[in-house]
Amino acid sequence: MSPIVQVNDLTKTFKEQEAVNGLSFTVYPADIYGFLGQNGAGKSTTLRMLLTLIAPTAGEIRIFGMDLRTHRREILRRVGAVIERPDLYKYLTAWENLSLFARMSGLRPERRLLLDQLELVGLAQRVHSKVGTFSQGMKQRLGIATALVHDPDLVILDEPTNGLDPQGIADIRNLILHLSHHRKKTVIVSSHLLSEMELIAGRMLIIDRGKKIIEGRVDELFDPKETIVELDTADAADTAEKLGGSRWQAHLRERRGSKFLLKMDRADIPVLTNDLVELGIRVLAIQPRHSLEDYFLTLTTANQHVDAFTD
Amino acid sequence: MWTLLRIELFKIFRRPRTYIPFGAIAAMILIIQLGLKFDGRSYLELMMSSLSDSFFIPYNMIMNGYLVAFVILNTLLIQVPLLVALVAGDIIAGEANMGTLRLLVIRPVSRTRLLLVKFFASVVYTVALLVWMAVLSLFLSMLLFGTNDMMIARNTVMEQIRSSDVLWRYIAAFGYAAVALSTVAALAFLLSVFADNSIGPIVSTISVVIVLTILSEMRIPLYDNTVKPWLFTSHMLAWKGFFYSQSDGQGAAIPGSVENLPAILRSLVVLLVYIFGFVTAAIVSFNKKDILS
Repeated sequence: MSPIVQVNDLTKTFKEQEAVNGLSFTVYPADIYGFLGQNGAGKSTTLRMLLTLIAPTAGEIRIFGMDLRTHRREILRRVGAVIERPDLYKYLTAWENLSLFARMSGLRPERRLLLDQLELVGLAQRVHSKVGTFSQGMKQRLGIATALVHDPDLVILDEPTNGLDPQGIADIRNLILHLSHHRKKTVIVSSHLLSEMELIAGRMLIIDRGKKIIEGRVDELFDPKETIVELDTADAADTAEKLGGSRWQAHLRERRGSKFLLKMDRADIPVLTNDLVELGIRVLAIQPRHSLEDYFLTLTTANQHVDAFTD
Repeated sequence: MWTLLRIELFKIFRRPRTYIPFGAIAAMILIIQLGLKFDGRSYLELMMSSLSDSFFIPYNMIMNGYLVAFVILNTLLIQVPLLVALVAGDIIAGEANMGTLRLLVIRPVSRTRLLLVKFFASVVYTVALLVWMAVLSLFLSMLLFGTNDMMIARNTVMEQIRSSDVLWRYIAAFGYAAVALSTVAALAFLLSVFADNSIGPIVSTISVVIVLTILSEMRIPLYDNTVKPWLFTSHMLAWKGFFYSQSDGQGAAIPGSVENLPAILRSLVVLLVYIFGFVTAAIVSFNKKDILS
């Protein structure tokens, strides 16, 4: 299967600061590709480079098998995107905004096509309302409609659930799944709501400080046997001292106030429970966590846990 | 290209703030017209005080629509560039500020084409502003004050242009003014490329125009032949040249003539070179620019 997006050794330097450093990744057709990283990790910079908003300092981007530098227009004709906030023309209506972006993509928008897009994102009832009167969630959905209006093969969504309420997040998640499963679109989606990524992404890339941490299929990267256990105790200082001197020291990943995060096999949870009792630690709660967020935590903070734990 | 231009014009003319300069121009023109309607003679006496000792001045005949339009243009064509800067300075920076610039740049349209369309749209806006100004200052004045021969005072000489010889001069003057104002629009447009909000380019353009206008008007011999001929502001008022006729042996104006057409054309070329330079610089800069807004 030939890739939709192939990025090799991509680097972007702003003055002295390296925002993206030698990043390589591949996106395959009809996949939902999760692009994960903390704020400032370089996600938006990378996505902006894929859309020619930012010129790379070095490296190569190939989309649909074509070099982005030499085939910009052909590629962008087949790409739809929303980068960060979906800022639209507030003094125009939803219909006018959508029609305007359709025309800019070379389409002569027909009424049915625009209505279909607005229905897809649940805005058919607000066709003639000015965007200035829309909530953040409605603007986000209209932004996605403008990205889809020219029926692109590749959809790039940068932090699409930012600032949305739980219902809004669920709506966007369902929309992304619909695009991939029913419309066979390839979707690249970045977010720091990692639990959302776990629910929708087929493959993912985790970056930190502009560098790739890991890339692969979510079900392969995420070992269900391993988990993060959150331990809440009555005396945090005593717990830190006792755990620090035990065999569980190697499992400690982070301390958040009175809570300790330990990475371990699920099968070892009963052993931990037993040891806590033997060590005389007054336990308030033990809660296994099973999410991509914890997985991300184990990868990106592996070198920091000792400092975090001993302070 | 035409579709993109229509989109751009649609965006400009659907925006409420677009109409502020139209309102401002209407207010200024009406204020001048009202003043001249009720106290035009005092104004003329003041303006022609140096000539009144040498000539009999038929004030009632002089005060007509053509002269009023000339007075208005003389007053307003110094201020209108500031109004043009309001829209042209906003045309890129305003999109960056709203966050819509990135939505435009990711469409399958080259950045050069995108910029050219935006510049043409700001020129169309400038022309629309001038047409509005022409309608109010010329045609409304003709209705309010009537028409007659036009008297132009130049130093100690009074020139008379026949009524039938006036209209084409206004058309030429407005055409020239369109190019002059487009130069200001091009400057604002260039500065707009470098900013992420429109205040910076608008204020910068206005500042540049004011500073250069002062420099153009200063009577310092050192600058007269070195700096001034190259400043675009030195050429912005050359439209007045269309109202200066060649005269025959008896000192009467020759209909259809212009005293110094080569000078007007030279000024026109200077302005066109500036426009080309500003727009080219804007395109080169924008093509290299990382869109971070």
